[in-house]
Amino acid sequence: MSWIDIGALEEIAPRGARVVKTAFGCVAVFRTETDEVFAVSDRCPHKGGPLSDGIVHGNKVTCPLHNWVFSLETGEAQGADEGQVPTYAARVEAGRILLDATQLQARAVA
Amino acid sequence: MKQKLVVIGAGMASGRVLERLFEAEPDAYEVTLFNAEPRGNYNRIMLSPVLSGDKTYEEIVTHDDDWYAENGVTCRFGEHVVGIDRNRKVVIGEKGEVAYDKLLLGTGSAPFIIPVPGKDLPGVITYRDLDDTEKMIEAAAKGGKAVVIGGGLLGLEAAAGLKERGMDVTVLHLMGHLMERQLDPSAGYLLRKDLEGRGITVMTQASTSAILGEDKVEAVLLEDKTVLEADLVVMAVGIRPETRLATDAALEVARGVEVNAQMITSDPDILAVGECVEFDGQLFGLVAPLYDQANVVAQTLLAEPAAFVPKELSTKLKVTGCDLFSAGDFAEGEGREDIVFRDPARGVYKRLVLEGDTLVGAVMYGDTADGSWFFGLIKDGTDISEMRETLIFGPGFQGGAQADPLAAVAALADDAEICGCNGICKGDIVAAIQDGATDLGAVRATTKASGSCGTCTGLVEQVLAVTLGDDFVMPAAQPVCGCTDLTHEDVRRLIKAQELKSMPAVWQELGWKSSDGCHVCRPALNYYLLADWPVEYIDDPQSRFINERKHANIQKDGTYSVVPRMWGGMTTPDELRAIADAAEKYNVPTVHVTGGQRIDLLGVKGEDLPDIWADLNKAGMVSGHAYSKGLRTVKTCVGKDHCRFGTQDSTGLGIQLEKALWGSWTPHKVKLAVSGCPRNCAEATCKDIGVICVDSGYQISVAGAAGMDVKETESLTDVATEKEALEIVMAMMQIYRENAKYLDRIYKWVGKVGLDWVKEQVVDDLENRAALVERFLLSQSVYQKDPWAEHVAERAETYRPIANLTLEAAE
Repeated sequence: MSWIDIGALEEIAPRGARVVKTAFGCVAVFRTETDEVFAVSDRCPHKGGPLSDGIVHGNKVTCPLHNWVFSLETGEAQGADEGQVPTYAARVEAGRILLDATQLQARAVA
Repeated sequence: MKQKLVVIGAGMASGRVLERLFEAEPDAYEVTLFNAEPRGNYNRIMLSPVLSGDKTYEEIVTHDDDWYAENGVTCRFGEHVVGIDRNRKVVIGEKGEVAYDKLLLGTGSAPFIIPVPGKDLPGVITYRDLDDTEKMIEAAAKGGKAVVIGGGLLGLEAAAGLKERGMDVTVLHLMGHLMERQLDPSAGYLLRKDLEGRGITVMTQASTSAILGEDKVEAVLLEDKTVLEADLVVMAVGIRPETRLATDAALEVARGVEVNAQMITSDPDILAVGECVEFDGQLFGLVAPLYDQANVVAQTLLAEPAAFVPKELSTKLKVTGCDLFSAGDFAEGEGREDIVFRDPARGVYKRLVLEGDTLVGAVMYGDTADGSWFFGLIKDGTDISEMRETLIFGPGFQGGAQADPLAAVAALADDAEICGCNGICKGDIVAAIQDGATDLGAVRATTKASGSCGTCTGLVEQVLAVTLGDDFVMPAAQPVCGCTDLTHEDVRRLIKAQELKSMPAVWQELGWKSSDGCHVCRPALNYYLLADWPVEYIDDPQSRFINERKHANIQKDGTYSVVPRMWGGMTTPDELRAIADAAEKYNVPTVHVTGGQRIDLLGVKGEDLPDIWADLNKAGMVSGHAYSKGLRTVKTCVGKDHCRFGTQDSTGLGIQLEKALWGSWTPHKVKLAVSGCPRNCAEATCKDIGVICVDSGYQISVAGAAGMDVKETESLTDVATEKEALEIVMAMMQIYRENAKYLDRIYKWVGKVGLDWVKEQVVDDLENRAALVERFLLSQSVYQKDPWAEHVAERAETYRPIANLTLEAAE
């Protein structure tokens, strides 16, 4: 794994998200109420809604376009909806958010 | 021959090292102990009881002079160490050097001082050692006001102790809830409530910008310009490892002095222990791991094999008599699920965090009896799948009790107001039930509760159910969402009756089943709280739908639309030019004229929003709130200024109305129109609120619709003057704001409560009308502001990507 520092935890509001631009599309980085971070693709598999603009509750996010709810850990759609959004390894170290660069690239190639 | 051991710092960890060392091999080392404090080892954890007066210093001393003498320890107390010379292997004290074979650093930690003006004024102290404690005791003897900066464990202990000693205490905490490292927001809310119950004032999200005073501290100035008088300021915002000696000696230091599992630093003859240490990226502050480290240090010094392994930790604390417990990792994370239990009546909150079939974390407040059992399950990684259903009830419970959906109402005090229209409290209803009113109709007939607007019907039924038990069958009602069994109406009423002023307060007191709500309940709660407590509650953008969080309408492709306000549908060539310029500059693909008499720029990229707003702001335009559950537009015709049929200045009144109402949040969107004559060119009779001008004045009608439903407005009243028209409309807005269910348009809500009730409140009862207007204006004083200007100035950065990896990835 090769971790890239993408910014400070404080730059994302609790229960909020920010976007990281990559050559292969945007990745949404979420911060939960309890300061966990998660990274998933910023594209809802349903109609392409920006998940980073959704409401974060628990470790889930609700897509702003049609209220699909996704687990931020597994990327799986919750409830009756079926679909999955790619997830990426993310962690916080000394107040900085790190994403796994190799994984970002591998996913894009796959 | 004895080796020479020098120990710097007489704290709890180094004290434990010496005990272990002398127990094992009393003759191995000749020890010199430096301590900057003019005393030896004492139990620092017990400083709080000293502060509160429950214990004396003598009672918390762990090693006295006799002990040092017996063990041949040379004590150099009150003497600072100025340096370490690793080449010559000497420690340089203020009063001379000491040679060492082995050196142990136990320098502990230093309080963090926030770098604000006035931090060095007399009367500003930290809370770390006995000297600080004595200073506080001395200051408290004079009485007066104390401000404690920092709502962590130390800060709260200081606050409680000072309160006990008779001071007027305010705690300032930067974060949203107290002890955010140990507690989640719900437990933090309960702690705050307990502290406030003891007379301590708690201010969260309070950022200190300066400490004021001439020769001594006089006040604390907050970033929001609040000034708090203070005779004493205690800084307890945190600690950091004291590493200056280690750094000067060129040892490896990250956040703390780096050690290996044998507690040896980058110099093989120098060890470190306690709060100054960093091991495997971790710092340590609780006493249990420090004692583990101490044992390892003693063994390493005696050349015995030993390794420090950080253990899973639990914190069971009594903060000023409030029981709280947290263990393991209670953050939400990979594959984790929550089990939440709340008992509003007893002030109990428990939350378990599961990962697969094991328990990984627990937070408890109010009832921590089962803490060690849960901690055991966490440590052992016990498979809990068999007992999952009843796990949260603890080891003693193996039945199948369900959370009680009536708990919130059962917990209400007798003087909690259930029916706001008639001022009927729970106790009145219970009394009526006990006197024989055993159904809703009878309660209404005897008490009038729920007999007016009817929105408290659900609550009255719940009081019946709680009082009568199985004799009353509850009609099925639609709860807000899966997080609660209460309806919107119940929640609204209870927020008022119990004066719940924060989201964690609602979750706890109303027994929410999730830890932090969901996308359905959070926007509704955020609205109810800001509408009912405009001054006390702080709007939570993260609980708003994206349109209201980003102040723009999200489109199906994830771009946004931007609509500047055009007061009463009026615009100017300058404004049009600025809009045209912005449309070109930001490549706006679609420009559309809306039904609300303004211009919509569609297809703006999220990250361009702050820039386009700044440009439009420069031309004097503000947000049109075209995205909000709030006041949208006031549509007008041109009125008597131009139209040969016009009877009044309909455009002027429309502008006045829009200027009065803009920026207000409402349960659903609100659209108005003002027509200058009964020909009604502004289509006022299908709006939420419509005004038709006639020769004799203004006809005000409400509850129209022209969307999914089409419905003509119904007459509210006729008035003679513009001033009265404005008052009636503001009162109408406020009564809707205070009473309607979230996402009910005015016509839906009026359909439920009846227009007669609305007329009584807004038209007939003049005193009530004035009170409604006053409350509306109070709310406007907080919320009537241009979100564009605010976001451009304060949070433009959040609209942009946090990082751009397109360059790195291309390499």
